[in-house]
Amino acid sequence: MNRPNPLFRNLTSKLAASPMIFIVLVVFIGSTAWTVASSFTSIKTLPIFTPQEFYDNWVGWDQYVRLWNTPRWITSITNLAIYGVLFTGFAFIIGFLLAVLMDQKIRAEGVFRTIYLYPFALSFIVTGKVWAWILNPAFGLEKTVRDLGWTSFSFDWLTNRDMSIYTVVIAGLWQGSGLVMALMLAGLRGIDDEIWRASRVDGIPKWRTYLQIVIPMMRPVMITIFVIVASGSVRVYDLVLALTQGGPGNSSQVPSMYIYEKLFVGALAQGTAASSVLLLATAIILIPWIVVEFGKKSRV
Amino acid sequence: MTTLLAATALCGATSAFATELEVTHWWTSGGESAAVAEFAKAFDATGNKWVDGAIAGSGDVARPIIISRILGGNPMGATQLNPGKDADDLIAAGLMQDLTELATAEDWATILRPKSQMDSCTLDGKVYCVPVNLHSGQWMWTNRKVYEDAGIAPPTNWAEMIAAAPALKAKGIIPLSLAEGWPVGLLTEDLIVAYAGVDNYVSVYKDRNMDMARGPEFAAVFAAIDQARQIIDPKTVVPQWNDAVALVIQGKAAANVMGDWAGGEFAVAGMVAGKDFDCLPGLGVEPVLGTGGDVFYFPKSEDPEVTKAQLAMASMMVTKEVQVAFNLKKGSLPMRSDVDLSAANDCMKKGLEILDKGTKVFPNNSQMLDRDSLNQINDVMKEFFSDLTITPEVAQEQFAAIIEAAPK
Repeated sequence: MNRPNPLFRNLTSKLAASPMIFIVLVVFIGSTAWTVASSFTSIKTLPIFTPQEFYDNWVGWDQYVRLWNTPRWITSITNLAIYGVLFTGFAFIIGFLLAVLMDQKIRAEGVFRTIYLYPFALSFIVTGKVWAWILNPAFGLEKTVRDLGWTSFSFDWLTNRDMSIYTVVIAGLWQGSGLVMALMLAGLRGIDDEIWRASRVDGIPKWRTYLQIVIPMMRPVMITIFVIVASGSVRVYDLVLALTQGGPGNSSQVPSMYIYEKLFVGALAQGTAASSVLLLATAIILIPWIVVEFGKKSRV
Repeated sequence: MTTLLAATALCGATSAFATELEVTHWWTSGGESAAVAEFAKAFDATGNKWVDGAIAGSGDVARPIIISRILGGNPMGATQLNPGKDADDLIAAGLMQDLTELATAEDWATILRPKSQMDSCTLDGKVYCVPVNLHSGQWMWTNRKVYEDAGIAPPTNWAEMIAAAPALKAKGIIPLSLAEGWPVGLLTEDLIVAYAGVDNYVSVYKDRNMDMARGPEFAAVFAAIDQARQIIDPKTVVPQWNDAVALVIQGKAAANVMGDWAGGEFAVAGMVAGKDFDCLPGLGVEPVLGTGGDVFYFPKSEDPEVTKAQLAMASMMVTKEVQVAFNLKKGSLPMRSDVDLSAANDCMKKGLEILDKGTKVFPNNSQMLDRDSLNQINDVMKEFFSDLTITPEVAQEQFAAIIEAAPK
């Protein structure tokens, strides 16, 4: 007669999940809500928590007006878009090509794999410093080539405000392509040999097999790589700091540098406003993907 | 002397329990490291242990790290900051150790000068930091040999330096070296002080005189900055201030505008003021000195041993011996006027002379404007320097808008 209370159904599993639910509610959703709410206040150094404090410091959209009137922020956002698209795109292309070359049953594959993956073992700070030396026109690549005799050679991207962000892309690719290669290679190895035999029997050229059969089959690996690479490009911070310090001028600034600086030099609300914008931008990209990707499965 | 005895007595009592204090600062160049070593040596002699927490980069890099650690509940034992508004919010939140008792006992108000530094450390009648030195940012450094080799008389002011630039450039020498980031902001302020004058500088930065900020006096300043950016090749801009000073020391560059802390670098390189290089206060235009400097704050600790060690450190920092040893290495002026400075170099003596007259001394930028606004001004100037398409008029208006919006 007594229907069991649905709240207590699967009690054990609900109990087991409760720490996770707590963390999601407090750490993720709670902190996000706080960040967004505080971006509508005028707080400077110390965080506030009570509704009364929020009421006292409420300034509406002021922080956002200031944010979008700041040339440095506009540059930062543009740079993030340039870096995100180029880094993600080229990391995929280079990583895939390297992986395909590796897949040709070459000799000493382990050696090459190690070489290509090695840069990934270096921190962004080291990567940035090394490339700052290589690209520095005063004593790096430009000077070396000129000393060799090609005196009109010029490669001054690092000190050229129109090109500086591309040096960040170069250094990022050097560091990150190896990882993409390793993941792609694992994906390629997961393709059944039968597929290859079948395509050979049908006389399909190798490049078409890769392009039209293998790549679509690697979809899950590709998505994983995309999430890793894309989220990595949103977070880019230390690489820029070590390579260009955001210069020349503010030409290679990225949003994370702006946010970090504002959070801790007495413009806390400006920092949370900037992070709210980034959060929104990420959500706009991620939500359609989540709907498409996971919505499909639930219908099955 | 009594202070020293007291410190020695204290050391006798506590040496059995040496307390480790982590000290964060951004003194990492050659001359600066040598100066920090003097503090460390003197603090270790009190029976405690100086744990060095140097943060490479600059104040702009270190400040967020320091403040986030204190806010995040992971405070260091002591930390360098600049005098002014940087720590006001932290003090208001009760996160900083009150030093009033020690300051009264040792009579800091009398022995330390100028008064503005102690005022910056005092909030509602309580003392929260100990000033350790006086720095001024208004110096131009020139390598005499570079000019003499080029057949030009070493410049005695900014205008002569600019005039000599084309001849030096033709010889492949950088006429004015510059470092990326805050040094651009420093150069701007120095030119404001030199061309608009001390009073107008203070009236804009402190009293927010907007007519002045948008007026012809400041237009002249931006015209001078425009001149400077025309002679600087972006390829020669280096990442750190000490790299820019090193270019002058090595003779690759002829001049640099930097604070008196650059004097420490020349000293480390064994160069003699007046013979190998010149130091020109107020860029040679008008001998003036800002009263910047460094102060130490002590984040509040629950542990009485730590508090005791913090007070011992604060007391150590203002003793005569430490003040002399530290400041000679640092190239800065001591806080005490009653110390023997016969070992001081020519540049420090020039500075002391201006300081003793007292008329041409003015507050540091961080004592007048909040850090957020100062960073915004730096952003504007950095862009103005690297992008020649921005006109002086546009930059001046952007500068004025930041001053206007700055919190009082």
